[in-house]
Amino acid sequence: MEFLLASAVGMLTAAGVYLLLRRRTFPVIVGISLLSYAVNVFLFATGRLALNAPPVLNKYADVPYTDPLPQALVLTAIVISFGMTAVVVMIALSAYLSSQNDRIDMSENTGDDV
Amino acid sequence: MSHLIVAPIVLPAVLAPFIIMVLRHHLSLQRIFSVAGTVMLLAISLALLGMTLDGQVHVYELGDWPAPFGIVMVLDRLSALMVLLTAVLAMVVVLYSIGSGWDNRGRHFHALLQFQLMGVCGAFLTGDAFNLFVFFEVLLIASYGLMIHGGGPRRLRAGVQYVVYNLLGSTLFLFALGTLYAVTGTLNMADLAVRVGEMPADDTALLRVGAVLLLLVFCVKAAVLPLHFWLPTSYANAPLPVSALFAIMTKVGAYSILRIYTLVFGPEVEATAGLVGDWLLPAAMLTLIVGSIGILGTRIINRMIAFGAIASMGTLLISIALFTPIGTSAALYYTIHSTIATALLFLVADQVRERRGIRIRSHSPMPQAGLLAGLFFVGAIAMAGMPPLSGFVGKLLVMDAARQSTDFGVIWAVILISSFITIVGFARSGSIIFWRSHDPDFIDAPEPEVEIEGTEDEHAKEPAPEPYPGLAFSSVFGLVALLVLLTIFAGPVLEFTGETAAQLFDPSAYIDAVLHGGQK
Repeated sequence: MEFLLASAVGMLTAAGVYLLLRRRTFPVIVGISLLSYAVNVFLFATGRLALNAPPVLNKYADVPYTDPLPQALVLTAIVISFGMTAVVVMIALSAYLSSQNDRIDMSENTGDDV
Repeated sequence: MSHLIVAPIVLPAVLAPFIIMVLRHHLSLQRIFSVAGTVMLLAISLALLGMTLDGQVHVYELGDWPAPFGIVMVLDRLSALMVLLTAVLAMVVVLYSIGSGWDNRGRHFHALLQFQLMGVCGAFLTGDAFNLFVFFEVLLIASYGLMIHGGGPRRLRAGVQYVVYNLLGSTLFLFALGTLYAVTGTLNMADLAVRVGEMPADDTALLRVGAVLLLLVFCVKAAVLPLHFWLPTSYANAPLPVSALFAIMTKVGAYSILRIYTLVFGPEVEATAGLVGDWLLPAAMLTLIVGSIGILGTRIINRMIAFGAIASMGTLLISIALFTPIGTSAALYYTIHSTIATALLFLVADQVRERRGIRIRSHSPMPQAGLLAGLFFVGAIAMAGMPPLSGFVGKLLVMDAARQSTDFGVIWAVILISSFITIVGFARSGSIIFWRSHDPDFIDAPEPEVEIEGTEDEHAKEPAPEPYPGLAFSSVFGLVALLVLLTIFAGPVLEFTGETAAQLFDPSAYIDAVLHGGQK
């Protein structure tokens, strides 16, 4: 279980970083999404892995429980990354439409770094 | 528990949706409400500063949940000072953008500005590390909107870069927070401080990883070399009043470094002792060098000032990286100074841009050149750290604080040489912009004109209505007055920053107030 989760986080991160280093906005945005999935899975693991356990303490019996806080954190992180992805898609789209150019670097039109 | 502590967050959070939903078609009403809201924010932040003068740490528990289970807002001297600085800067930027007509060149300027203020004030006030992340995102998402305000292909493409870079930073922030939570089991800063102090010294590898990851995140925000690449392009392509407002955003990074690495990973914590300062100090010196070389190297006014902002972050972080009370006190003074000086230069540059474009090259004479030259001169003196303005006092304080350090020779050399390069850079561009254009025999060569058509189309296309030039100029002069006041009243300000630093380096009061005092 631990190995599965760790390798999933690792692979998502590696794929995300690879895509981030591309030159066009579309792969970069997909790369960012993959990275945010990786961090969401990672955040789950910070509360230790517990299967089939409720996120509540039981004061009458010593039953296993899972930490509820990382789940709340993941929920917040998902909402934020979802909103941010929407924003970056819109900005990238309008940048593409106004300049007819999908590259993420700015070296083509000079004037910015002379 | 005073409800005033949460007011700097609630006020813009209510005002911004109100402006979007109710006033979206009424620019003059938007202006009135935005100015009124900023005036109120200024009044609130003054009241908050007054509350902290007795040295107490005030805690506000959201939803009345006791810490560390609920989220707390904490008001101490440092937070109050930063919130006040934000409010003052916002006041100037709002007045300037109204005066120069910038808020009319796109939609929702005032609403985005209020959201930005909410995020910045929240980041300064929160006492919870995850909440700090949330407020970072709030201020970032508002800044994305402000950065592309007015549009144009060049600005939008710079905006994409800026957003992508900051999304990466946010991901890194979450990794850092996850690591810290996995090790300590808490995210409340005061509770983190207690748990980190209790950790056995031989089992702290993960903790150190978390500490350094967090430092990287804050260095991205503070534009420390080699994580500064987002700053020149985005500041140079953002609308200039927005760049002036962004002067506070790099300070959010510096604030977070100061807060986390005095409170949680303080100098006396065994696991991370020396770790942060050892990395931060060389990085800050490199930042200063690269910033000043950039000032000398660039041919565009906006970029020159953006590099000036990077250089001033370098000086600031050198002082923070010493992690001594006297160094921190100097850093706080320099924070106030560099925020005002950077904003002043950006606003002056906007006036110059209106008249002759953003390139540093000869040009036919422009109207009000004498006044603008004077203002640019004042800003450049302040930024470069020459007497008689507060930059000189600030750099002197930083160098004085560095005397205690073992490698003070290197620090002094870096600060003095880079100041010299900065002076040369500003003098060179200032004389090209303001003096060579006064040559009566000068005729604009046709060739550079073509260059303007091709490369700065969107800057040229922007309509240049100047509804209230008097208002724009008076807000610029307000910044000059602030710089002069900061120089004259350097004594009282330093007394306050000294007390602030003392409070930071004795975190027991903060921890006590959050974990035990809040229940009273």
